[in-house]
Amino acid sequence: MSAATTNKTTYREALRASLREALQNDARVFLMGEDVGRYGGSFAVSKGLLEEFGEERIRDTPLSESAFVGAGIGAALGGMRPIVEIMTVNFSLLCLDQIVNTAATLRHMSGGQFNVPVVIRMTTGAGRQLAAQHSHSLECWYAHVPGLRVVAPATLEDARGMLQTALANPDPVIIFEHNALYNMEGELNENAGAVDIERASVRRAGKHITLITYGGSLHKTLRAADKLATENIEAEVIDLRSLRPLDDATILQSVRKTRRVVIVDEGWRSGGLSAEIGMRIAEQAFYDLDAPPARVCSAEVPIPYAKHMEEAALPQTATIVQTVREVMGQNV
Amino acid sequence: MSGTAIDKNLPAREQAIAWLQQMIRIRRFEEKCAQLYGATKIRGFLHLYSGEEAIAVGVMSALKNTDAVVATYREHGQALARGIAMPSILAEMYGKQEGCCHGRGGSMHLFDAATRFFGGNAIVGGGLPIAVGLALADKMQKRTNVTACFFGEGAVAEGEFHESLNLAALWKLPVLFLCENNLYAMGTALTRSESQTDIHQKAQSYNIPAEVVDGMDVMAVEAAVRTALDAIRSGAGPRFLELRTYRFRAHSMFDPELYRSKDEVEAWKARCPIATFSAKLLAANLITQNDIAAFEKIADDEINAAVAYAEAGTWESVATLTRDVYTEMTA
Amino acid sequence: MSEYRLPSLGADMDAAKLVEWCVKPGEKFKRGDIVAAVETDKGIIDIETFEEGIVDQILVQPGTRIAVGSVLATYHQVGEAPAVSTVTPAAQTTVASIPSTPIHDAATIVVDTGVSDRVRISPVARRRARELNVDVGKIIGTGPHGAISIEDIEKASSAVVAAEEQPAEKLGAGMRRVIAAAMARSKREIPHYYLSTTIDLTRMLDWLEQQNAKRSTTERIVYAMPLLKAIALALKQVPELNGVYVDNTFHPSATTHIGFAISLRHGGLVVPALRDVDRKDCATLMRELDDLVARARSGHLRSSELLDSTLTVTSLGEQGIETVFPIIYPPQVAIVGLGSVVERAWSVGGMIGSRRVITVTLAADHRVSDGHRGGRYLAALDRLLQEPEQL
Repeated sequence: MSAATTNKTTYREALRASLREALQNDARVFLMGEDVGRYGGSFAVSKGLLEEFGEERIRDTPLSESAFVGAGIGAALGGMRPIVEIMTVNFSLLCLDQIVNTAATLRHMSGGQFNVPVVIRMTTGAGRQLAAQHSHSLECWYAHVPGLRVVAPATLEDARGMLQTALANPDPVIIFEHNALYNMEGELNENAGAVDIERASVRRAGKHITLITYGGSLHKTLRAADKLATENIEAEVIDLRSLRPLDDATILQSVRKTRRVVIVDEGWRSGGLSAEIGMRIAEQAFYDLDAPPARVCSAEVPIPYAKHMEEAALPQTATIVQTVREVMGQNV
Repeated sequence: MSGTAIDKNLPAREQAIAWLQQMIRIRRFEEKCAQLYGATKIRGFLHLYSGEEAIAVGVMSALKNTDAVVATYREHGQALARGIAMPSILAEMYGKQEGCCHGRGGSMHLFDAATRFFGGNAIVGGGLPIAVGLALADKMQKRTNVTACFFGEGAVAEGEFHESLNLAALWKLPVLFLCENNLYAMGTALTRSESQTDIHQKAQSYNIPAEVVDGMDVMAVEAAVRTALDAIRSGAGPRFLELRTYRFRAHSMFDPELYRSKDEVEAWKARCPIATFSAKLLAANLITQNDIAAFEKIADDEINAAVAYAEAGTWESVATLTRDVYTEMTA
Repeated sequence: MSEYRLPSLGADMDAAKLVEWCVKPGEKFKRGDIVAAVETDKGIIDIETFEEGIVDQILVQPGTRIAVGSVLATYHQVGEAPAVSTVTPAAQTTVASIPSTPIHDAATIVVDTGVSDRVRISPVARRRARELNVDVGKIIGTGPHGAISIEDIEKASSAVVAAEEQPAEKLGAGMRRVIAAAMARSKREIPHYYLSTTIDLTRMLDWLEQQNAKRSTTERIVYAMPLLKAIALALKQVPELNGVYVDNTFHPSATTHIGFAISLRHGGLVVPALRDVDRKDCATLMRELDDLVARARSGHLRSSELLDSTLTVTSLGEQGIETVFPIIYPPQVAIVGLGSVVERAWSVGGMIGSRRVITVTLAADHRVSDGHRGGRYLAALDRLLQEPEQL
């Protein structure tokens, strides 16, 4: 029996394939956002979709985040399955009210009468010298709010398969796509389909230390693990995939095995996801730890423009490696 | 009493009585809420509709059952006129689990799926984008429903107002924008916050046909709404009505009303929608004083029964605190 | 008769000050009438009535501050007889209409404390257990979820070291632990230096044999005794080797109690103290030593006997060990190790002969003494042993 065929593709193309599939399979699905149609998507994800599906299904919106995200919520209430694209998490600040005060709360406030099956996609992250206002990683703000679901696909399979599951979910799902991933190339199984949106995944097994990360930081962390292996440190790498809910079971199983943990998060450390994960580990695996939990996050500074400064501000493979060495007790 | 109206401008008697009763019902209900709030039965914030009844009654009279309604935190009148059961509304305000939202929302967050009543919103301007979306869904699914969106004149200062009007006009969505202009956004007078106080002109600047309506006159309201709905259902895009009205009571319960004079309040009370409409019907011999007393009694009886229902209601168990955050999925 | 109470007008309103009345006793009112004005944090607010009636009694005067729910006035419905109010106008609290909500700890999450097979011990307790050499496997923890806390470790450690006299039944395994902990601590904390010298014991042994020849078998003196005596007397010349080191300070001892390591039949070691070795004669010491050995072997030592030593001596001569490298027993500052007495070729007066010699090792605390002083001690010891008649 031959192995299933894989095709060479990119993260961007996987996203596009997932959009096409969704639009083809369900007439209620439509895409709405700035420059998703004529422009082909600010990151070229929706290129060609306007031509294929028409203006009703691929809707260019004015620069009105609050209105079109709220409209997405209203449309979902009205029986559609909208995919709302907010160009980046930086602009989502303009529609935080609709996401946090409407999408997240409607089910609860109405005593369970209504649900909001809206999918919101946003680009996130830094690394392109776009300076402070275009470089945020605010996944933690959304992961903070009950009523929302938050996912971060970091692989081709997840880019291809998370949207489908998100659309089938009756509650609001926010999908964060790190800007550095769009060009990522790889092999994708031609039958790649829906994947779950609640569980973390162990991307690399190891016995000495657990590295927990998500999104754009996954591949830096995997490279760090490769480097550490040459120093005989076997790191286990967990890709969170779902930021709300967090998959405690997978995290704890790993930490109990390795007894050491480093969390890699492009958000700032103060009140970020790394703080939440660290606290959960302290609460539930305290007695299994042989070293305090550690983390690699962005420096506490608005992301600077100059290349070397931006690099210094963000988590890098070298910092991850160094932090692991310290946790292992070397180089202290 | 004959069924034909002597004054051709008046509606048929049955319709007239229905409107008057509904307005009286809302007025008495709001008073009872004030009393209950003072007795600490209702907590949190309470925003009463007294004086604005003609708008809710006129609008709901013209809407279809399948139309959608988006309202504000001052939505008791709309909820009652739309047809949400009074006991269920009052129980909700008591916080009891027999309330329409199981006590999870309270006065500012009344929801009802059966009547397509989408709240109840505590964010000024927050409902407009939702209304745009509901209208979008109806249009995309080729339904002839209209989404009636209530908001106060304070909302026109918010960005969401402008974004929503623009988007609705751009995509020709079936939204009926209903601005209840009662001249005060909490304590700030319209003249102190808007460079352009003719609100309907703002709508026109987005190419949305707009009119000013006397919000104290239930007949004027109903007629204007009916005309607007016809236009919207024909596919002509959104419509905008600026309904000029006044709230006789304070913004909320805890408001000393330092921002307006008692004379002004009295002047508007002289234009009370119930009093003026009653006077018209009395003058046309469609009703008598006894009828009015009877309507008041009917309303009071219904209200007392609702109070009893709410009083007898039960508290949701804390054990179910975290339910209805997410939808339970079967399999 | 009905009561008119101060209404609550807001979520954060607890009380208000009555400013003025708009009705008076005997006056008729209808629903919607303003009956009074009250002053709140936000300003003066008119309060209305929702009923009809006639005012009976005003119970609160303008200028008074009252709580929400307090009765302000009484009234009766038209047609009722006015009643005399028996309501006391004291400030009354609002009747709570909402049952006090049980405090739901929203922060409680189901804590999965895991199925680890490790001993549940907090990180800091683990560290302390290492320091005190406590076997955590035997401790019952009193921390959360039965985890071992630092207190548990310290209690377990100090329970063994009893201050007052205790019968020896309590000793045994506990003693073992104490010694083990002490040895570990000693190696960790005390900077040892070692000096070794081989002493010609021939003269002492010859003298001893002469002495013993005059005694009955039961009164014989073993060779260890004059050694111990000499060891004790030599301390007079180097007192930095006799005492305890506590709280970063050396406390020299006025007395000289020599701890003598006695091996036990089942394995293990006890180090009871022979008291005042410098002052007692060998015969007395011998008797005491016999007694100590007997009681040590039968497990009847008193705990005070284990704690008294100001210097310890350990001998492995019986095992045929030539040189001992002993470990200081804290808080003491020195220990003398004795090897076996062996016959060796020796130079005496320029001539090679065979002598019976013993290698004596001194391990001392470098914080208190140094090699020079230690050397002087061993030299003094040697001199003393060359004049056994003086011991």
